[in-house]
Amino acid sequence: MILPLAQHIGKPAVPLVRAGQEVIRGQPIARAEGFLSVPIHAPADGVVEAIELKPSARGPMVECIVLRVYEASTQEIRWSEPRDLDALSPKELIQAIQDTGMVGLGGATFPSHAKLSVPAEHKIHTLIVNGCECEPYLTCDHKLMREHPDDLMTGARLAMRAIGAERAIIGVEDNKLDAVEAIRRCLPADGRITLQVVPTKYPQGAEKMLIKSLLDVEVPPGKLPMHVGVVVNNVGTLIQLGQLLPAGQGLTERVVTVTGPGIKKPGDYWVPIGTPMRTVLEWAGAPDVSERSIILGGPMMGQAVASLDVPVTKGVSGILVFDQRQIERTAASKSYPCIKCGECVKVCPMGLNPSMLGMLAAQREYDAMGEHYHLGDCFECGCCTYVCPSHIPLVQQFRVAKGILREQAA
Amino acid sequence: MNPTPRIELRASPHVVRGNSVERIMFHVVLALLPIAAFSVWQYGLSALAMLVTVTLSCVATERLFNRLSGNPSTLTDWSATITGLILALTLPPAFPLWMAVVAGFTSIALGKALFGGIGCNVLNPALVGRAFVQAAFPVAITTWVPAFAPNRFSEFAPTTFTPPFMTPPDIGEWAKRAVDGFTGATPLARWKFENVLATPADFLTGAVTASAGETSAILILLCGAYLAIRKFMDWRIPVAVLASAALTAYVFQLVDPSRYPDPLFVLLSGGLMIGAVFMATDMATSPVTPRGVWIYGALIGVVTVMIRYFGGLTEGVMYAILIGNALAPLIDQVTQPRVFGQTREKAAMGKKA
Repeated sequence: MILPLAQHIGKPAVPLVRAGQEVIRGQPIARAEGFLSVPIHAPADGVVEAIELKPSARGPMVECIVLRVYEASTQEIRWSEPRDLDALSPKELIQAIQDTGMVGLGGATFPSHAKLSVPAEHKIHTLIVNGCECEPYLTCDHKLMREHPDDLMTGARLAMRAIGAERAIIGVEDNKLDAVEAIRRCLPADGRITLQVVPTKYPQGAEKMLIKSLLDVEVPPGKLPMHVGVVVNNVGTLIQLGQLLPAGQGLTERVVTVTGPGIKKPGDYWVPIGTPMRTVLEWAGAPDVSERSIILGGPMMGQAVASLDVPVTKGVSGILVFDQRQIERTAASKSYPCIKCGECVKVCPMGLNPSMLGMLAAQREYDAMGEHYHLGDCFECGCCTYVCPSHIPLVQQFRVAKGILREQAA
Repeated sequence: MNPTPRIELRASPHVVRGNSVERIMFHVVLALLPIAAFSVWQYGLSALAMLVTVTLSCVATERLFNRLSGNPSTLTDWSATITGLILALTLPPAFPLWMAVVAGFTSIALGKALFGGIGCNVLNPALVGRAFVQAAFPVAITTWVPAFAPNRFSEFAPTTFTPPFMTPPDIGEWAKRAVDGFTGATPLARWKFENVLATPADFLTGAVTASAGETSAILILLCGAYLAIRKFMDWRIPVAVLASAALTAYVFQLVDPSRYPDPLFVLLSGGLMIGAVFMATDMATSPVTPRGVWIYGALIGVVTVMIRYFGGLTEGVMYAILIGNALAPLIDQVTQPRVFGQTREKAAMGKKA
């Protein structure tokens, strides 16, 4: 088991264990460093082998706690400190959330307690519960909603308390009506939590898109949902909070969609965090991965990985294995100059002009991209690249441009 | 020996729609073929020879510039073929073949290759070629042959095989022999100079004097509809062009019905239909923004009618589209889409800042 210390946005956690130390499942093995950081909990009983550099999904080596699991490790979580949640003040509640090590499980991995601590000048009226799958192919949120609607209610109520929201709206896409049914049966009688069905489309699961669909409010450029009085949380996050907070436990596992044409037993699996990809894929029946591509996350925004020794981290919502045929379909595509067909402009959910941005990127006019063409509002959904008949890697160009602008600003 | 597994690495997104430039272009070629076929049926051997010559000239020029610039061949993207077909369809059916070669060469060379090839051109290449030969050969480009001449599949028009760099012979005698009462003027010219209006029925059956591909409005609309439905063409552009031309014509007719023809005549005559459907819609030379597309189309419609009514020329579509092309980057600039979450006032403030 490999547990990177930085599985979240913010400062990496600080190890609490030494090499050779035995740990039990659920025990905190690294503590949060400052406010924008979360602890890490042992996903199984075992012994710490080393704290060393290991390859990460993005490529660079990162510091990880390597855990050798005892074969007799139980599924039971023996490390817990149940608390009387009703007695906690919002501030203590936030602290309790940080102690669970929870991050946005949709893939953003932003520490949940930080998201739920709203500065006093913003009055939050609504908690939006994001029950839209982030990307095509992924089904982990769907599965969780169907199977754990009670925990979702618990989690939503706790989150509402933390942010002081009066109501919560659960937005679910209309291709998940069984999940809608399951949740409807659990909705509380006081009417503070409601459910709305929204059309299924990509990227419906993006915060700003979902807020627009549910409340018909657009979050201004450069602003956060809290500026319009809304906090958005993923269903997976809230369900886990609903389970972990009352029990006083830490985040040690998550649901991962394992699928793609290369997989024999596709499905949504509860995977202990830190499990190497190789183990997951062997379990799901894809022993031979040569000539395939392995994607962490979804097909539109996911990260292709170079090594099977990369572990499942808190932000991995899916593992997709694409086979040769699909790789060729994408790879054989020859790239042309932009013919200004305008498809990317039509599909951009943020109302940007990717065609123009792409041409500027080719000329390295990064400043103009940022200043006049709102590069910063791009959330890299990948729609422009998806439709581009010239096969221009627009999103990748934008990522590069953003990186360069960030460096210049620093 | 177990080779290290090769795992594919690529930047997201990992799926694509599977559309491509050559697929779009290929379908445009398909959509142009029925129109070319109709033209051959209408005008016979001369038109066939002219269509083939212009297209080959365009393709050969494209290849020549690929060689000169040391780039791989771009013929497979079909864009040179499209330019050739469109250009040919805007020329008189019996246009001398040597001039057709010049037209094809200038289209690709001046209109496209010098700008850097596909996607980089500012003006529609076919219209650049057409404008060039209109200036260079003013007589030949207004020498028309009758449609449905009985001898059209047995005889070439005398102008077709004019020797290179020679003025083509007068066609009047030959044309009169082929079709009795042939006037040699297009409906637009007859309206402008003789105030004689062709009937819609003449246009719909193609029984008028015109450029090779202008005559069948129905066929052009059908082929355009195919492209629009398959999403290989932006339907908003032809709609904007035709609507604004019709509206402008309607306003003029309200003002002075004795002098100005009805909107239907304006829509059906000349090259407006083929221009709106196949030329104004050229992706590289039209705006990309949703509002820009409407403005661009409307502009072309209005300018076409203005040139027809007040200009020295009988037909204005070509220059209208070229003007639209030239303004397209500017239109794009001023019609940038509204960024998500941005209010109108804020957008204006941002511009001032």
